[in-house]
Amino acid sequence: MQQSYTESIREAAKRLLSEKRVEAVIGFRKGTIPFMNEPFLARTVEQADLLIWDGNCAMNLANYLPKRTGSVAITAKGCDSRSIVIHLLENQIKREQLYILGIPCRGMTDKRKIADNLNGREIIEVEETGEKLRVLGRDFEQSFERTEFLEENCAVCTHKNPVLCDELLGEPVEEQQIDRYEEIRKIEALPPEQKRLFFDELIQPCIRCYACRNACPACYCPTCFVDESKPQWVGKTTDPTDTRTFHFLRAFHVAGRCTDCGSCERACPVGIRVRLFTRKLEKEVKELYGYEAGVVQDERPPLDAFRPDDPEPFLG
Amino acid sequence: MSDWEPRIIAFLCNWCSYGAADLAGVSRFQYPPNIRVIRVPCSGRINPKFILAAFRHGVDGVWVSGCHPGDCHYIEGNFYARRKFALLKSQLEYTGIVEPGRLHFSWISSAEGTKFAETASHVVESVKAAGPAQHFVKKQAEVA
Repeated sequence: MQQSYTESIREAAKRLLSEKRVEAVIGFRKGTIPFMNEPFLARTVEQADLLIWDGNCAMNLANYLPKRTGSVAITAKGCDSRSIVIHLLENQIKREQLYILGIPCRGMTDKRKIADNLNGREIIEVEETGEKLRVLGRDFEQSFERTEFLEENCAVCTHKNPVLCDELLGEPVEEQQIDRYEEIRKIEALPPEQKRLFFDELIQPCIRCYACRNACPACYCPTCFVDESKPQWVGKTTDPTDTRTFHFLRAFHVAGRCTDCGSCERACPVGIRVRLFTRKLEKEVKELYGYEAGVVQDERPPLDAFRPDDPEPFLG
Repeated sequence: MSDWEPRIIAFLCNWCSYGAADLAGVSRFQYPPNIRVIRVPCSGRINPKFILAAFRHGVDGVWVSGCHPGDCHYIEGNFYARRKFALLKSQLEYTGIVEPGRLHFSWISSAEGTKFAETASHVVESVKAAGPAQHFVKKQAEVA
């Protein structure tokens, strides 16, 4: 199935590039190590043949759009398309600059989960056929059912189909009805002291590399709050208070804008589940204001709007 | 710990709650002296960073007070603030940075001197009940 996406992406890219509709097509090409594809800008018809699509295209390509000049085509899964909507709402790019190649997404493979099942053996090659994965190493070969090894955010995804596109490259997939916030509610139910310890332990390995910020399509401030020095709101050390401040503010900055694409978590070199911060805000925004980031195209983001009768749970 | 008194930072809107504090003063209303006031132009001026910075520097409680929704001097500043505060408080308590009872919000107009004094007493009482806040204070020396 994913194979056919590759074909249709190449075909569409060649058409758009040869018609000079767009200057480049943002997509993926095969990476140099297994389970990793790299983002790629195809600028010529020949380069379009390098574009591919499989279960390792998790990165959110909307990250390449802010402040771009000229016209581009972009391959977009459900989450990418929602991030594109956020960029359009925030005037980071104009709709007429974009040609969106929508891809109904079947979820992305979690390479860490696969690696956990291999007892430390090195993966040399991966073959993906439909929903089957064949992992090859030096002296072993193992098969996996891809659907059992999806990324955490893909497993609870409720917007697999693009919300906005110029061309849909395949049949829409079925959206799942699922409780996205079960885990968040469990944390909410902990006593205050336990919550603090839980999050302290969660972010304890953080090395403050800011990979989560860099991977995030919603993080495009010219000067990030962590780089501000006068006044300096966030200390730059790995002191627990500084790290807590950083994770808190990072999540707060994407409140009502985060589409739960999971880029932050995937980028984290020490495997911190940073989505536990952002998903709580996502839940609050949905419960208080009935808003889901990037789903509606003609409504201002929740923190840039108000209703006279907004709830006031914080009073008292 | 019997002689411990909480330190509380109060961010008061210039156009209402700050006036209410003034009114409470000239009316000789009694309220505990634990609050340190920072005057802001509007409750919409409050950035979550300010509140985190206050806790990082060792205050035991933070109180933010602005105009009643609909009465903002800048027409709609406190409407935006309201959404921000709702998310901020729930997230601060969710991550365990702030225990319930440390962070307070209120709407007090400049005519409500009594409400100011009552709310101040209530804020001080609940912060006292929560005890000293220590775990968010940065232990290492900060470079000035």
